[in-house]
Formats: sequence, structure tokens, C-alpha cells
Amino acid sequence: MHELSIAMGIVDAALDEAKRRNLHVSAVHLRLGALSGVVKDALLFSYEVACQDTALAGSRLIVEDVPVVVFCPHCQQDRALVSVQSFVCPECSTPTMDVRQGKELEVFALEVDD
Amino acid sequence: MSEPRLVEVRRNVLKQNDVIARALRDRFRSAGVFVVSLVSSPGSGKTMFLEKTLSMLQPRYRVAALVGDLATENDALRLARSNAPVRQITTGTVCHLEAAMVEKALQDWNLNELDFLFIENVGNLVCPSSYDLGENLRLVLMSVTEGEDKPLKYPTIFNSADVAVVTKNELSEAVEFNWEAAHQSIQSVRPGMKTFRLSAKTGQGMQEYLEFLGQQLTEQQTVAQK
Repeated sequence: MHELSIAMGIVDAALDEAKRRNLHVSAVHLRLGALSGVVKDALLFSYEVACQDTALAGSRLIVEDVPVVVFCPHCQQDRALVSVQSFVCPECSTPTMDVRQGKELEVFALEVDD
Repeated sequence: MSEPRLVEVRRNVLKQNDVIARALRDRFRSAGVFVVSLVSSPGSGKTMFLEKTLSMLQPRYRVAALVGDLATENDALRLARSNAPVRQITTGTVCHLEAAMVEKALQDWNLNELDFLFIENVGNLVCPSSYDLGENLRLVLMSVTEGEDKPLKYPTIFNSADVAVVTKNELSEAVEFNWEAAHQSIQSVRPGMKTFRLSAKTGQGMQEYLEFLGQQLTEQQTVAQK
């Protein structure tokens, strides 16, 4: 389980941005790709622990799941994968490894109290 | 009540790791060393496989290895029998290697004196998938005793790898291993992945895999010279 170290990375990034912009953060919004290798539930649990004794204590982590999108060489279009166990185009079943989205692990916004 | 205000920041959580990994990759390229990382579950035979790889490559190439483990230096001691330079990275409670650990372990190494560097990750099919180590090739190892559907159970790590090796082939009959099913699960999570079937113990199938590594090294050196 590496979610605690990931959670600490999220807290560090958020604290750094909050300090630089002088914000009081009530929630951290994260984009989490289905291929990031991170388990959401374990991350949510770890986040609380990672926030303790920091300016983010008591804040929430809001996770936006990002599905895997591949480019299908046959359809010549981006397609959302149905399952990470099967890297084929959902329309025409052509296998593809051209991943366009789904590896994200990104703090993309901070929710602030004014 | 007013709507909460959102401030966009866009910060990649693994940026620090990625920056170090990129620097490592540049260092490997300029030194002309081809770097292979190994991932697998605990007990799949990674150390035996690596031991054979090191000793079989050695007559022709200059090889070295870094091995990651939570505790003990047993693997480094075993691998040292091949007479290749080996260094253990003991991670403590950390379940995977990160680029910074590799950077630290390589600090005083002269990479120009090497053709191949192998990095054995901690035995774990989940956590290592998130961390780029700057390697040129990520090799995922599974043994026939683990079952044909291992790739379907751990799609992320198989998807992040470049090559699969199915080892302990000498046991495939005893465990009724279905090669076709294994091949299908690998191709399902990672279409087009090159796969080798071999036995590190008997040496069967090792030659083809070692020739492949030799080709990869030549390609990298050709690109570096351009």
C-alpha cells in the first residue's frame, strides 16, 4: 500500500499552493486516472491521516475518477475503455495501446473559504 | 449560502519523482547503459531469474544490479555470486522503489563502465506501477505457479510494462499451466506485448530473451550516436 505516501504528496502540493496564494482550504480536488495505480478508498483513508497537524486538517479530499481513453487506429477516434482488463476499442474491438487519458494523479483545484 | 470558491492549481502529485526519473534517463543515455527494471509478485523467482541473467550476460557484457527489498540483504548476497557489482536498496516499510532511491544508490557509480543495469523492484504488483525509475525497459515477471489470469488481476502493472517473462516453465506440466490462456490475458491488458516463456533454473528459453536484450542495447547505442 503506497497510498499514504501519495496522500502526503497531495497534502504537500496543496499546502504549498495554499501558502503561496494565501488561501484557507476546505477541500482538495484530485483527478485520479484508472491507470494511476492508486486505490481510491485507501487514498481517502490515508488523506485524513496525512492532513493531521497541518493547515489542511479537517479538509476534504474530493476525487474525480478519470476513465481510460484510448485512440482507436481503426475508427480514428478517441474511445473510453470499458475495462482496464481489456485494451480494445469498445466499438470495433481493435486492440490498442495508444492511451490518451487515464494516468492522471493531479491536484487540480482547491476549494477555499472566503 | 455562497458557492464555495474553486482555485485551479493543476499540480502533478508525482512530479518530483518524474523529474528525478527524467534526469536518470538522461544520465543512462549519455553513459550508454541500458537499464531494465523488474517487477513481479513476491516469490515469482525474480532473484533466481536475475542471477541467471547476470551470469549469462557477463561473458559479453558489463552488467550490474540494484535490488530493492523491505529488509535483509539476502538477495544482494545471492546475486553477488554472479560476480557482478550489486547493491541492495533496503526500503524499510516502503513497498516500492522511487526514482530518488535509485538516484541515491547510484551516486558513486561510474555508469560509463556498464552495458546493462538491472533494477529489481520490491516484490509487489501494485505500488511499483506508479513510479517511473528512469528505466529503458520495464519487465514484468510471472511464474507458471501463479496462474494464467495474473495479468487480469493486476492490469495496471502489466499495462505499464514493456515486456513479460513467464518463468518456472519446468513446472508448467505439474501445475497444468495453460499457455494459450496466459498469452490471452497478457495481450488483453497490454496488446502487442512481447512475451518470453522460459526456465531460469534449467536455462531453457533464456537465450532468446538475452538476445532480445542485446538488440535493445545495440538500438539504444545507435540512437545515442546519432
